[in-house]
Amino acid sequence: MADAGRHPRITLLTLSEVTDIKGYVGNFHVKILKKARYVDEKACTACGECARVCPVVRPDEFNQGLSSRKAIYSPFPQAVPSAYVLNANECLGHNPAVCAKCIAVCEKGCINFHMSDEEIEVTVGTIIVAVGMESYDPTELDEYGYTRFPNVLTSLEFERLINAGGPTKGEIVRLSDRRAPRSVGFVQCVGSRSARKGRSYCSNVCCMNTVKSTLVLKEHDPDLDIKVFYIDIRAFGKGFEDLYTRSRRLGVRYIRGLPGTVEELPDGSLRVAVENAATGRLEFHDLDMLVLAVGIQPAESTRKLQEMLGLQLTSDGFFLEAHPKLQPVDAATRGIFFAGCAEGPKDIKDSVTQASAAAARAMRLMQWGEILTEPITAEVVAEHCIACGRCAQVCPYNAVTVDKKKKTPATITTAACAGCGTCAAECPTGAIIMNHFKDIQIREQIDTMLAENPAEKILTFACNWCSYAGADSAGVSRLQYPPNARLIRTMCSGRVAESFVWHAFQKGAPVVLVSGCHIGDCHYINANHWTEKRIAKMRKKMEKLGIRPERLQLEWVSAAEGVRFAKVMAQMEQLRQSVTAEEIAETVRILCEHKDTRPQTDDGDA
Amino acid sequence: MDASTFLSAPPRVGVYVCHCGLNIARVVDCGAVVRSVQAMDDVAVARELPYACSEPGQQVIKQDIEDMGLNRIVVASCSPRLHETTFRQMMRDAGLNPFLLEMANLREQCSWVHMHDPEAATRKAADLARMAVSRVRRLSPLHPQRLPLTKKTLVIGGGVAGIQAALDLADSGYEVVLVEKRPSIGGMMAQLDKTFPTMDCSI
Repeated sequence: MADAGRHPRITLLTLSEVTDIKGYVGNFHVKILKKARYVDEKACTACGECARVCPVVRPDEFNQGLSSRKAIYSPFPQAVPSAYVLNANECLGHNPAVCAKCIAVCEKGCINFHMSDEEIEVTVGTIIVAVGMESYDPTELDEYGYTRFPNVLTSLEFERLINAGGPTKGEIVRLSDRRAPRSVGFVQCVGSRSARKGRSYCSNVCCMNTVKSTLVLKEHDPDLDIKVFYIDIRAFGKGFEDLYTRSRRLGVRYIRGLPGTVEELPDGSLRVAVENAATGRLEFHDLDMLVLAVGIQPAESTRKLQEMLGLQLTSDGFFLEAHPKLQPVDAATRGIFFAGCAEGPKDIKDSVTQASAAAARAMRLMQWGEILTEPITAEVVAEHCIACGRCAQVCPYNAVTVDKKKKTPATITTAACAGCGTCAAECPTGAIIMNHFKDIQIREQIDTMLAENPAEKILTFACNWCSYAGADSAGVSRLQYPPNARLIRTMCSGRVAESFVWHAFQKGAPVVLVSGCHIGDCHYINANHWTEKRIAKMRKKMEKLGIRPERLQLEWVSAAEGVRFAKVMAQMEQLRQSVTAEEIAETVRILCEHKDTRPQTDDGDA
Repeated sequence: MDASTFLSAPPRVGVYVCHCGLNIARVVDCGAVVRSVQAMDDVAVARELPYACSEPGQQVIKQDIEDMGLNRIVVASCSPRLHETTFRQMMRDAGLNPFLLEMANLREQCSWVHMHDPEAATRKAADLARMAVSRVRRLSPLHPQRLPLTKKTLVIGGGVAGIQAALDLADSGYEVVLVEKRPSIGGMMAQLDKTFPTMDCSI
């Protein structure tokens, strides 16, 4: 920690949050809000005089509220930076008539009530997301009595209690009567591996954390009676089994079964009722103290950051990696990496390992000092452009410039274009070529797909980042779905032009599915909003033409939603079966008569 | 090959159907897939390979490119999200533009998801391979642009992971901006006493 604080190449911004990120790999433009500390970080020597005179007493968050701090305080003794911090919401104010006692005693004059929040802008080549996790709040599991009974603690509260630097200086006492407990129980999987309340996954660290706690307790008091209530003990890591064995050898009792109820006895002890899975009997255990091994859940800031960076989450709410085995620290967006619990629950060793991996991946990108762009970008054919401005309106990256008044043709800043293809899909004259996903390239795929037995096929457009990845995820999970689905990959659902869909129906497609990232998850900021609008517009047109609008479907499938992909495919198959040969023939006839639904001539493919 | 000769040269497509060991071949009749593309326009060669991504597999493709003057390649194997970069690199090594490659996803989209219907899976695989051939014939070479890069990393979060990543980068000579929303770095780890498996102090 201290190394990071004094490293000449690390700019440490505490009390700070990222508020905005623009740009792309190599040059992300980041806005950071640094909140006022009200104490000069560099000048403060952490002498503590200010806190001594501060009259405001508040619970200390670092000690889980088991001790108190002042309104001006040091977060914890080894804090980096070591400077004190003033909580302006708790402080009585800087009016000398009210308080300002701290200012009076600070010899170095570090305290400044007029300090204001600062907005800092930086440009960076790569980003490492290490937002960590939060622990599960077990209050909703009422049967364990957390918050009702003072001697039921979370594992984190217990951690502070047993810590030599904690509120009791490491002495274990019961919160109800400050007496040393003679027996302690641990309940595992609190908020983990539960289909009912809390989270469904294993939180990875709680088993070993409890084993560790039993060893520390036995060091304190070898005669202490310790019981651990568990479903499975997962001691899979290097050296873990040794610790587990040592814990059992020291007399810690491991009882298979989670408590059904906990009740408080008159002396503040707890009576735990548990069905012992080994004996099949209902047992009652009286314990002086009960520790709930709480699970890990995604940090609160995960969602906000995910939206800001256009990243994906797994169904658990943690960040989704580009590939679970081969790119476990990369985000799908180039230049962004994950470290620690942001990607999933893990212990310190795994967090450190992943952090070093993320750093290495970032260096691998940056070492040459330049970056090769993806050449999948859009281009304008100036002579066909009517300067209507539609492309500039829909571009999520402001990469298109067009002067509607002077009628100068649109131009695209290649470096800013991310290649979603929305402009090409929306261009009314076909003047935009989307490289690698040109109209003709996609139309050829449609033609080949529908050349034989078109009525049997489910034509599906899938975006590269979510829906196509969702189909991959269905594959990896071996989820079986109807075999007549045929996917055409585009980078974004925004690329799927009206003309592709009309073309498909004209070629005899019974149904067409357009699929993309969920709204808010689009890899191209908000390009899928245009997809949504376009599909709605097309369905209205279909209705007018006398084509059943349901035959065109729009579904959002995320990269993690293999199950959803398979389900959507089954639904599409049902829909396909409802389309008769006569209906298809009628549609083909209607579309051949209607000029505005005929595919545009593709201009960029000479 | 320069741009002008490329544009005038007719497409010569090589199609490679990967068995992926038995991952694909157990369900999909790879020989039938090869036969379904052989008669297509511009297809110069179509073959089965046990593992297209392996070194020997890539060597076969590279040799064909050289011997038969192939200028576009279809690899019908796994998801392009997995191996597109592998095969693009192979194209580069063989002197072709990496964007003249198309993949058909026979593993994630056929053999793994239609395990109980090999015939339908094979029909689908053939369709996907044929679609890939139609597309690859229409692809154009593309060239990436070189852009300057900022040798600086933003690390969001000052827990044990953020600190470790920041230190590794900074020690290797890169500038780091480490952003932490609390008043001190340290995160959850700083709150822990002894930590497993070494039972030593976390700070």
